[in-house]
Amino acid sequence: MTEKIITVVSVQLPIDEKLKIQKHRLFPKNQDEKELEKSGRRIAIVTGIHGDELEGQFVCYELCRRIKENSALLSGIVDIYPAMNPFGIDNISRGIPAFDLDMNRIFPGNDNGDMNEYIASQIVNDIEGTELCIDIHASNIFLTEVPQVRINELHKDVLLPYALKSNVDFIWVYGASTVLESTFAYSLNTRNVKTLVVEMGVGMRITPEYGNQLVDGIFSLMKELGIWQGDVSSVRKPVVSNDASGKDVCYLNAPCSGIFIKEKNHGSMVKKGDVIGKIIQPLSGELLSLIKAEEDGWLFTIREYPIVEEGSLMGRILKGDRL
Amino acid sequence: MKEETLYEIKGLYRDDFRIRGFRFGSGEKSVCVIGSMRGNEYQQVFSCSHLIERLKALEEKGRIREGKEILVIPCANPYSMNVKKRFWTIDNTDINRMFPGYNLGETTQRIADGIFKNVKDYKIGIQFASFYMSGNFVPQVRMMKTGRENTELASQFGLPYVVLHNPRPFDTATLNYNWQIWETNAFSIYTTSTSAINKKSADSAVDAILNFLSKQEIIDYKGHEGYISRVVESKEFVNVRSEKAGFFESFVEAGEKVRKNQLLAEITDPYTATVLQEIRSPENGIIAFAHNEILIYQNAAVFKIIKDIDS
Repeated sequence: MTEKIITVVSVQLPIDEKLKIQKHRLFPKNQDEKELEKSGRRIAIVTGIHGDELEGQFVCYELCRRIKENSALLSGIVDIYPAMNPFGIDNISRGIPAFDLDMNRIFPGNDNGDMNEYIASQIVNDIEGTELCIDIHASNIFLTEVPQVRINELHKDVLLPYALKSNVDFIWVYGASTVLESTFAYSLNTRNVKTLVVEMGVGMRITPEYGNQLVDGIFSLMKELGIWQGDVSSVRKPVVSNDASGKDVCYLNAPCSGIFIKEKNHGSMVKKGDVIGKIIQPLSGELLSLIKAEEDGWLFTIREYPIVEEGSLMGRILKGDRL
Repeated sequence: MKEETLYEIKGLYRDDFRIRGFRFGSGEKSVCVIGSMRGNEYQQVFSCSHLIERLKALEEKGRIREGKEILVIPCANPYSMNVKKRFWTIDNTDINRMFPGYNLGETTQRIADGIFKNVKDYKIGIQFASFYMSGNFVPQVRMMKTGRENTELASQFGLPYVVLHNPRPFDTATLNYNWQIWETNAFSIYTTSTSAINKKSADSAVDAILNFLSKQEIIDYKGHEGYISRVVESKEFVNVRSEKAGFFESFVEAGEKVRKNQLLAEITDPYTATVLQEIRSPENGIIAFAHNEILIYQNAAVFKIIKDIDS
């Protein structure tokens, strides 16, 4: 197997430092890299667009470790991009710190734009031509999610067959929105690079169990694409929600500010009226609100970060009749 | 003048979050002016405070026209301003990316909804806006090209420029865009600065608004007539970019007239003071935007120039 660390884009910073986006490329020994690129046997694993979402870090490591363990079985190109937003990862910040900018709102970037737009465009240029791309997120620091793939309804027909083989628990097909047209995944999907967005776990933490589950799914997809010749685990059958109308999911938003104490874990089946958690007021010692399920269903998101203010999202339930 | 709380959320350990409105006159919802939505928009609050001062004096003299109502909201985000944070305190979301809002959604969606419910029925909407990049502007009225923009009306502010720009995906969630979609004539006014107070620029913006209100027969006021505005599209701006990163020193200011090849700024090596790049003007024109921070990144827009019509 041949492997190399490649700098995708490098920009000089003001004070004696370069900002680099790097990838790790692995491909079979003695095979022509350009020919492999043309063959469609190429997958890209991308993470770290939001600097506080770290679940993908373990996936990058574990994928690489397992490939190296049986490198003779590799039959295509695997490109691993572990840190799309190195400033954010270093600063424990979701966005790009010096610019207070959400990197996932500047794609596809601009070759002639400012530093961040330029970086975004170079990343897109580098990934173009890839058969399949997996963009790994970890919700945010507030919410924990079951492993899931989210698909814009516009790209459902192309992406769903791949999502079904990715070994996640849930596939959420959501309605199109103009604001989301500047995301990494939307930009690549419109350039005919099939891109799956994975959300799993929680921000600032790593859940190895979920990481291993997704790596199994990535091997299953690599097998499908002819990039991996080894045996792969069978994948789980996910719940699929075709939710373009936005009616499948019940949102639990905080009715008041306070401290949220969860009483159900994500992944729990709940009945209408079940207590999901409570909001308390430590200063007065009051119970401000009991948060109850408004529907029977599957609690696929739960709030992890205890501080809530009026409107804060505390959970999402996939309605029972959609299961 | 009637002062009222337009929207509030109960705080946990902080005082309640409140958005205050100042109402002048009564009757038809004629004009709504909104100041800051981000925590660093001091100039925008300052400009509103001076507008409130002037409108109060005009109202006391009976110079708000019969049947016309004006609403001024100086600050839609005191929580962020008080802790010197640009975006929303807990989750760093931007209220001006949440319009038209959603009353059952997350906190900033609810705030946007709370604002929009109060402002959406006005015939004219004016926002003191700021740019996502740090820098100073030549005073201008900015409008999105939604097909509903009215440049003739915008010229009545008498500011030097009316700038039109095509909305990008994220613009569709701004107040200005949604105002236009809900059939309010919406204008964004850029004064010179954002996080620094520029009194002269604030005063001229307030004068521009009062002149505009006078021409719209909402108030009786006779002030400085202002400029005959030039309408330009933002894509016509000549972008001048940094080729190097380092310390940035500018020799010109926003609003200044410059000649082709004039030295506008230098970028120097922070360790050796060596000049890394001399930035010269590619055209004769006016500096519409000027970067105003010490550090400069590679390929940043340091100046935007409006070319002279004759050049």
